Amino acid sequence: MDPVTLARWQFGITTVYHFFFVPLTLGLIWVVAGLQTAWYVTGRDLYRRMTKFWGKLFLINFAMGVVTGLVQEFQFGMNWSEYSRFVGDVFGAPLAIEALLAFFLESTFLGLWLFGWERLPKKVHLACIWLVAVGSNLSAYWILVANSFMQQPMGHVINNGRAEMNDFLALVTNPHVFVQFPHVIAGAMATAGFFVLGISAWHLRRGPADDVNREAFRLSFRIGAIYGTVAIVATMVIGHAQAQYMVKVQPMKMAAAEALWETENPAAMSLFTWGDEAQQRDVFAIKVPGLLSFLAHNRFEGEVRGIRQLQQEYAARYGPGQYWPPVKWTYWTFRIMVGAGMAMFAAGAWACWLTLRGRAPAAAWLLALLVPATALPYIANSAGWIFTEIGRQPWIVFGLQKTVEGVSPAVSVGEVLTTLIGYTLLYGVLMVVTVYLLRTYAMAGLGVEPDPAAAPAGEPVAARA
Amino acid sequence: MDLNTLWFALIAILFIGFFILEGFDYGVGILLPLLGRTDRQRREIIHTIGPVWDGNEVWVITAGGATFAAFPHWYATLFSGFYLPLFLMVTALIVRGVAFEFRSKDRRPIWRATWDWGIFAGSLVPALLWGVALGNLLMGVPIDASKTYTGGFFNLLNPYALVAGLMSLTAFVTHGAIFLNLKTEGMLRERALRATKIVGPIATVFIGLFVIATYLWTDAFSGLGVDPGLAPVAAVGALLAAGGFVRAGRMGWAFSMTCVTIAMATITIFSALYPRVMVSSLNPEWSLTIYNASSTPYTLKVMSVVALVCVPVVLAYQGWTYWVFRHRVTADTHLEY
Repeated sequence: MDPVTLARWQFGITTVYHFFFVPLTLGLIWVVAGLQTAWYVTGRDLYRRMTKFWGKLFLINFAMGVVTGLVQEFQFGMNWSEYSRFVGDVFGAPLAIEALLAFFLESTFLGLWLFGWERLPKKVHLACIWLVAVGSNLSAYWILVANSFMQQPMGHVINNGRAEMNDFLALVTNPHVFVQFPHVIAGAMATAGFFVLGISAWHLRRGPADDVNREAFRLSFRIGAIYGTVAIVATMVIGHAQAQYMVKVQPMKMAAAEALWETENPAAMSLFTWGDEAQQRDVFAIKVPGLLSFLAHNRFEGEVRGIRQLQQEYAARYGPGQYWPPVKWTYWTFRIMVGAGMAMFAAGAWACWLTLRGRAPAAAWLLALLVPATALPYIANSAGWIFTEIGRQPWIVFGLQKTVEGVSPAVSVGEVLTTLIGYTLLYGVLMVVTVYLLRTYAMAGLGVEPDPAAAPAGEPVAARA
Repeated sequence: MDLNTLWFALIAILFIGFFILEGFDYGVGILLPLLGRTDRQRREIIHTIGPVWDGNEVWVITAGGATFAAFPHWYATLFSGFYLPLFLMVTALIVRGVAFEFRSKDRRPIWRATWDWGIFAGSLVPALLWGVALGNLLMGVPIDASKTYTGGFFNLLNPYALVAGLMSLTAFVTHGAIFLNLKTEGMLRERALRATKIVGPIATVFIGLFVIATYLWTDAFSGLGVDPGLAPVAAVGALLAAGGFVRAGRMGWAFSMTCVTIAMATITIFSALYPRVMVSSLNPEWSLTIYNASSTPYTLKVMSVVALVCVPVVLAYQGWTYWVFRHRVTADTHLEY
């Protein structure tokens, strides 16, 4: 194993793992804030209890998002020191701003919200949860400004052997972030929608414990269905715009996503391709003529450049080397993302139809399908990030620095391996614990959750003084 | 003052804020299983820092981000050089962070005890390692002409750095114990007082040892750095004064004094470093300085505007949080966790 491969695995594992938790945080916070607002406005206790229920699940997930984010902040310097030296003048700014503007906001006001139920006036307490929502979603913007720089560098010049910022406004208004940020946010909302929908479906199918729970989960079912479906439609529409943008600025990523070896006009869209990457040809393929042109240009004609042509162009511009990403990874992760998204659309539309006709609790066997559908957004989110990061290879910063040039020379193979194994083991254990807790608290429903105020089993009450 | 110096000062301020704030919550975390005998007591201890610890931790994330933005080479050399200690620190912080959230979520005693000791270890390891890291920064580490760290893991575990580590560990525990004196009542407060009286003198000894060792083993006070003047003396003096206030039962004053100690110790270290950010033990010419490790004036200017706008706002709402949760945690307090 070489250090580059190990460092890449570490980045992949820790980032995908981090992003198991982030979307739910970003999307579910709006549900919690909305419910608490409903409580504030109507004074109905049901809304308070729903706020507490979804809030509890939010917090378990939030904690994991925060702690795994620490690794992200540290590992650019730890494993990718040459990358950090090269881009730090540009890339460090959005990270620092993210912490200053967003992390302080979300963590401080979450503490206030969490411990302030009885200390703060209702209105102030409500404002706290909205500030958490703003803070967490703001942090997504800044980290995506940083990522967008890697996809499409803006606002910089190359000077003294590194990228130097010369236009802050251009950096933070990178057109790439304007397609990427809405896609990520909408995807996060869809994740939360399906999370709420899946848990509600589980309760409705099993039969809620009492009338309060029945009403709460019927309402939650409706919230999840509508929120999730609107969000997945938005995710797909924005994703389409993003793909068209990608054809312009990262044509190689699109060509690899379609396993399009030769430039085509009109270009066919691949439904299934089994290719031979070494020979750069398809072994077996099912294609829809003209569809790729349509997706790229909104008409059934128009050129979509293929890998071979792009390779020649890039070799002429950047010097000899291989400029296409691992095609199998790019092709399949793109399809997994799109496929999971479509399945979400189908499930969500069906759930909306059920709930808007008021039939949700009746269709028991169909409800059962919505429980595993909770996994779909997680599959789509992970596949989407793996796609967009692997699809940028061999570059770490597109057109400026290659991934192999970014790793830390000070770090030995043994050291990267140690931390890779360490993080993986720790993350594995924590995943088991998190799933256990989410499951326990999700299944407990409203008001009957294990009461933390209770003494632990076995400890005599007298000893609690 | 040029922008490079301003950013060096700003990062020093972020570290001062971080050590003062996270310092006491590391201390509280270490004392948690030692002072809390029953579950209720442990939960009361957690409640003293529950609303604020996460906000406190953002200080170090911001310090890291600011280092990346303002001095990319410092960030790159430090983080890739101090690789395994940082890995240990991150691992500890991960365990600590989830432990606060998870520990009361299940009633089994073994579950709660596991997370309580997780909070203990997750607080102890960074409390020790921050001192180790700063000690190494002051003493100098092997850095070559290309700004790359060339030492190994065990290079970082030298006696001087260990003294610095024990200094930060004992100082944070003292700081946390005094904080608990301010925030608890009854039996817990008595135990916190006893802990303060045991750890406080040990911390004083280690700070004294650290100052002496710095004179003997490093060029920090005689080399390129700015003479820190009375700062190290003030650090030791404030800690002695804290001891006096503890004996007089004036805990608010004692806490102010440990804050001063931490601030002064950090100022001592940063001014001894200035204008260097990492000292090369191989060749003084290869040291990283606020000039050869920095971002461009343009980036520093942008970041200065951002910082000058944001930091006062952050200070205001974090300060307000402490005001909201200023009350003692008592046997009657409703506990969320």
